[in-house]
Amino acid sequence: MTASTTRRNLTLAVVLLTWVSLALPATAQQQSTPAPPPPAKEEEVPFWAVGKPKTGPGAAMAPVPAFPIATPADKLPIAKMKVPPGFKVEVYAANVLDARGLRQGDKGTVFVSSNFVAGKIYALVDKGGKREVKTLIEKLELPNGIEFHKGSLYVATPKAITRYDDIENKLDSPGDPAKVYDQLPGDIPHGWKFIKIGPDGKLYVPVGAPCNICDPPSDKYAHIRRINLDGSGMEIVARGVRNTIGFDFHPRTGELWFTDNQRDWLSEDLPQDELNRLTKPGQEHFGYPYCHQGDFADPELGWGKACGDFTKPAALLGPHSAPLGMRFYTGKMFPGQYHNAIFIARHGPWNRTKKYAADVVVAFLDKTGRVNKIEPFLTGLVENNGYLGRPVDVLVLKDGSLLVSDDHNGAVYRVSYSNK
Amino acid sequence: MRGAALAALVLLTAAPPALAASFDERAAACLACHGPNGQSLIPETPSIGGQPFFFVVAQLFLFRRGGRSNPVMTEVAKPLTDADLRAFGEWVSKLPPPPPPTGTPDAPSLERGRALAQRRPCASCHNPDFSGREQMPRLAHQREDYLLKSMREYQRGTRIGYGAAMTEELHGLSDGDLQDLAHFFAHLPRP
Repeated sequence: MTASTTRRNLTLAVVLLTWVSLALPATAQQQSTPAPPPPAKEEEVPFWAVGKPKTGPGAAMAPVPAFPIATPADKLPIAKMKVPPGFKVEVYAANVLDARGLRQGDKGTVFVSSNFVAGKIYALVDKGGKREVKTLIEKLELPNGIEFHKGSLYVATPKAITRYDDIENKLDSPGDPAKVYDQLPGDIPHGWKFIKIGPDGKLYVPVGAPCNICDPPSDKYAHIRRINLDGSGMEIVARGVRNTIGFDFHPRTGELWFTDNQRDWLSEDLPQDELNRLTKPGQEHFGYPYCHQGDFADPELGWGKACGDFTKPAALLGPHSAPLGMRFYTGKMFPGQYHNAIFIARHGPWNRTKKYAADVVVAFLDKTGRVNKIEPFLTGLVENNGYLGRPVDVLVLKDGSLLVSDDHNGAVYRVSYSNK
Repeated sequence: MRGAALAALVLLTAAPPALAASFDERAAACLACHGPNGQSLIPETPSIGGQPFFFVVAQLFLFRRGGRSNPVMTEVAKPLTDADLRAFGEWVSKLPPPPPPTGTPDAPSLERGRALAQRRPCASCHNPDFSGREQMPRLAHQREDYLLKSMREYQRGTRIGYGAAMTEELHGLSDGDLQDLAHFFAHLPRP
């Protein structure tokens, strides 16, 4: 049995279980003691669960798992993927279990991070047109964040950032890393990282909210900070950021743009996830946990707050769509309209009964730097309300083609363009 | 108790590859700790009967790659192939679910646990009857001590699972809350 047929069977099983479970609550309730629940203690009232559906399809939402075995190359959903005319998608590398973050080294090595499932960093090495998948580092805790800079690979876990020097000459034995930074709270929820070095030479590091919805101190959580490459000089550049797993710097202005995943359990269509633009580092608050999507005050924590007091998103990316990696297109292969446009990987929602997204979209900016439209770019991975694949990160290769990672299948795809 | 676990470990790891044990022999070794029919009699050792296929595969996978730590299970999982993961997953998922424990539950704790389980989104993932599905385990009639141990590990982040959902969902609960939840799931009345 292949991983994909297993998944299909599992999906079927879930559908059946869901169907069966819908019939259960009535019976369960008849049996339960009619005594009213005891008065709740302050700390055990989960305000985010207020209004959470107790029955129906909304009550049966759960994180969508990938099978812990990568999909074989010949079973990857290449034929299902749709891209605009002139573009082509191919498998760049298969058997990259839990493929998440993407970076390219100076010598062409593609580094791939992973997260919960694999806990590894891989190196994809070109071997006569085919990619060899090397496990570079393993047994890491949620090593989602990676960056390549001046010969070194930076690796971020929820607790610490380390650096492997001269990595492309040490692919068979990277050795022990140097410590860069360990002043991170280390919480698991929204603790996994996306990291990137900005045009100012500083390392940008987000610290997510340690919860779905809560109001933690903003100098400790729910912000993006930057540090010098030796770990010194920490300063917070953006506050009110719930969980960003993708950002990049505008190639011309140097401004930080980032995706942000908004809260769960409110409703099928609220709130929308965000694309944000930071114009005044250190001075802007993007709303979490008080105001979501720029215009929607949180039903609990938003009282007494005005959405107008927070920086509004540059664009909305759909409810629970889970936008993750994003990159400005700086290559020369794609047509001119894509120059400095933003490619954004949307992982696709779990906290929504109707699944969608699981795609790559492209945001086009006008001359003033505003988003004037967002178009689908790579689609076709949603079928029968389930996912055939789930994009996580994008990377513009030196040849101008675009890599897309897919943690659901454990694969990396390459999108290229030819007008011939 | 620990002796039984170690004996099983020796049984599993002592056989040289050339004399690899049959599936039935290896399955019997599982039950040395996890109990007859997968219903555990050993403190802090889970009942495995009726756990979902995906959950079992995912846990064995995590033990194998070092993403979940337990002295016995880490050794047990090391030599397992991907095909073994599937085979054990299918076998475990077909063992009968554990029956409710004997003995009278503590009514106030049970009620507090029930109220908490209703306000939290537990049933959303684990099903309204807490039978589990996909990567999410069956909670109904699991050993109370094991449920409590697991929730404490999730809350402290020493166990992460196949995603961060549990560390997030248990955020802000007191240890007393976890005890009430464990008591409720362990003694869940049959519908």
